[in-house]
Amino acid sequence: MSRFDWLSEYLARLEDEHVVVRRGDAARLAPAHCLILDAEDWGNVARVAADSGYRWAGLWGDPVAEQVIVHAGFVHEGDYLILITEVPLSHPVLASHTPYYPAANRLERHLQDMLGIGFLDHTDGRRWTRHRAWPEGVYPLRNDFPVSGNSPHRTPADSDYPFERILGSGVYEIPVGPVHAGIIEPGHFRFQAVGEEILRLEARLGYVHKGIEKIAVGRDPVGLARLAGRVSGDATVAHTWAACMAMERAAGLDIPPRALAIRAILAECERVANHLGDIGAICNDVGFTFAQMQFGRLREDWLRGNQSVFGHRLLMDFIVPGGVVRNLTYQCKKILQPQHEALSRELDDLLPIIDDHSSLEDRLVETGYLSNEEAQRLGVTGYMGKASGQDYDVRRDHGYAPYDRLDVPSPCLMEGDVAERIRVRAEEIRHSLKLMEHLMRRLPSGPVSVSWPEVVSKREGIGLVESWRGEILSFVRFGEDGRVARFFPRDPSWFSWPALERLIHGNIVPDFPVCNKSVNASYSGHDL
Amino acid sequence: MLRILNKIWHTGTVTERRPRDAEIERFGKQVKRAIDRRFRGSLAIRQVDAGSCNACELEIHALNNPYYDIERFGVHFVASPRHADALLVTGPVSRHMETALRRTWMATPSPKFVIAAGNCACDGGEFGVSYASCGAVENVIPVDVKIPGCPPTPRDLLWGILAAIDVKG
Repeated sequence: MSRFDWLSEYLARLEDEHVVVRRGDAARLAPAHCLILDAEDWGNVARVAADSGYRWAGLWGDPVAEQVIVHAGFVHEGDYLILITEVPLSHPVLASHTPYYPAANRLERHLQDMLGIGFLDHTDGRRWTRHRAWPEGVYPLRNDFPVSGNSPHRTPADSDYPFERILGSGVYEIPVGPVHAGIIEPGHFRFQAVGEEILRLEARLGYVHKGIEKIAVGRDPVGLARLAGRVSGDATVAHTWAACMAMERAAGLDIPPRALAIRAILAECERVANHLGDIGAICNDVGFTFAQMQFGRLREDWLRGNQSVFGHRLLMDFIVPGGVVRNLTYQCKKILQPQHEALSRELDDLLPIIDDHSSLEDRLVETGYLSNEEAQRLGVTGYMGKASGQDYDVRRDHGYAPYDRLDVPSPCLMEGDVAERIRVRAEEIRHSLKLMEHLMRRLPSGPVSVSWPEVVSKREGIGLVESWRGEILSFVRFGEDGRVARFFPRDPSWFSWPALERLIHGNIVPDFPVCNKSVNASYSGHDL
Repeated sequence: MLRILNKIWHTGTVTERRPRDAEIERFGKQVKRAIDRRFRGSLAIRQVDAGSCNACELEIHALNNPYYDIERFGVHFVASPRHADALLVTGPVSRHMETALRRTWMATPSPKFVIAAGNCACDGGEFGVSYASCGAVENVIPVDVKIPGCPPTPRDLLWGILAAIDVKG
């Protein structure tokens, strides 16, 4: 199938709307296609894209001299379209995409807080990423803002955030967090409830904002890969791969096939480990500790396998710019293959138990329901989308190496509840095991890395990877000195957090933990 | 139901049957003795993520899996700092968590101690000090013991908790 079959139709529709599109630099973020347009058309292009059924995939700004170059990503049939415009820092105003894409809400507010871009017609002007570590009217990602900040004082709590409230007889509010009861990341949830039923949930995130986008500036490629590996620790392989892919495309570097295959093995290992942990933890949240213990055991076996083969339980820092840190020996295959077979046998025992255990069914079926329409509107990917009828997988539909030469099966189920999200995870584990078997059997020979070119000056690139959680989009621009001038990793959690707020409607407060676990969005990956 | 019992029976107790876990047993027994001596058999820990990337949380979670089963040594994770003897803090302290961490520490009854887990908590790690990050935990609250690692393995964590008890014991 030739790519971008739909692009000419989109361009024709833009022409009907009198939108002037410049196509001179279309390949600057290949394999994505870039269109450059005037700032005043920013809202129109999103409206036409929404009408055409494209998915909205992210937004980021890049401050260059007295301008901010704003990028928005759209996806259709596995092809990525990046719309680009410029706004002057003296008057940084754009039309909002939120009226057409609810998914744009928080990324626009992130851009408003970090770069000071105002979005007209935005339905929600409240701050998002900014709490009180820097004052209003000051923007950390602007080039004149020092990385150390301007505020030597203690940072007070963000106590006056204007949550939306529901008024009425019997409605009460439950504030939860930022420090939660379990061993999880910090964030604040504000429930409005009547009796046990949740009427509304609003998340307040940004507590683990660590300034990742700012401290990336000035790093060398190896340093950026390390940082990307810590955007969200549970997706360290996927984020490192996406950042490296972006840098390598910027550099025009071809990665040896053996390195790509090893990267894919790492990514599938990460997927399996996280899904194993999640299936156990979801069951635990409805009191089925048997599954928690069994899957906890399988996950631990798996992580120990990682340690013995790759030298790190969570596989951090194995992917580096140009390839992977070291080769996979024949010995490694001898460890991995029996481990995979053992896991397969265990799953044969355990998955049927989970699948038809009546008390689990009672608690998980119809709990945390996300309709197919809402999943589509919010642009969720990964197990969240696949459990709600969104048949998309970057590996299969966009097809990056080495997956472009493989048959990548991807489940697409329709029920949209917690039970379905478990089923997607279970299927993905099976598929990953098969993929790994295939990759290991046909591991290409040759080197596992190439050296980095001396200086990659003023080039940019984009990385697109299917993490265990869903689609990651990573943007890197190198400055004149060959160091990183801009890094933006868009974690799938940007879209699964709003999905959590929707799917919780009508559920009872005590089911929040199981719903939350079934979504398992990353706080760190979102807060940056 | 029979399938469940059958699976439990065939899985057995993984902690005791695996010879490679002898080291954990030895650590664990030391931890248990120290906890019995100083905390009358029970050490309550409140874990606080003050800005980590969540890798440290994954490994702290692992302490509760059947291989390590840290509860059998008398260590348990509690839901409130008010129930805790110790805080186990991860992450560089993000500025947005600075006050929350300080308040959590104040809510923990004395005598208390603080363990900083992971490179970021020990010295700021990959994130250091910036407009958004206070860096090491000790920049915000007093720290008694540090457990380095990115992330520290469950074994490192168990060892670090033991060291913390020894320091305070």
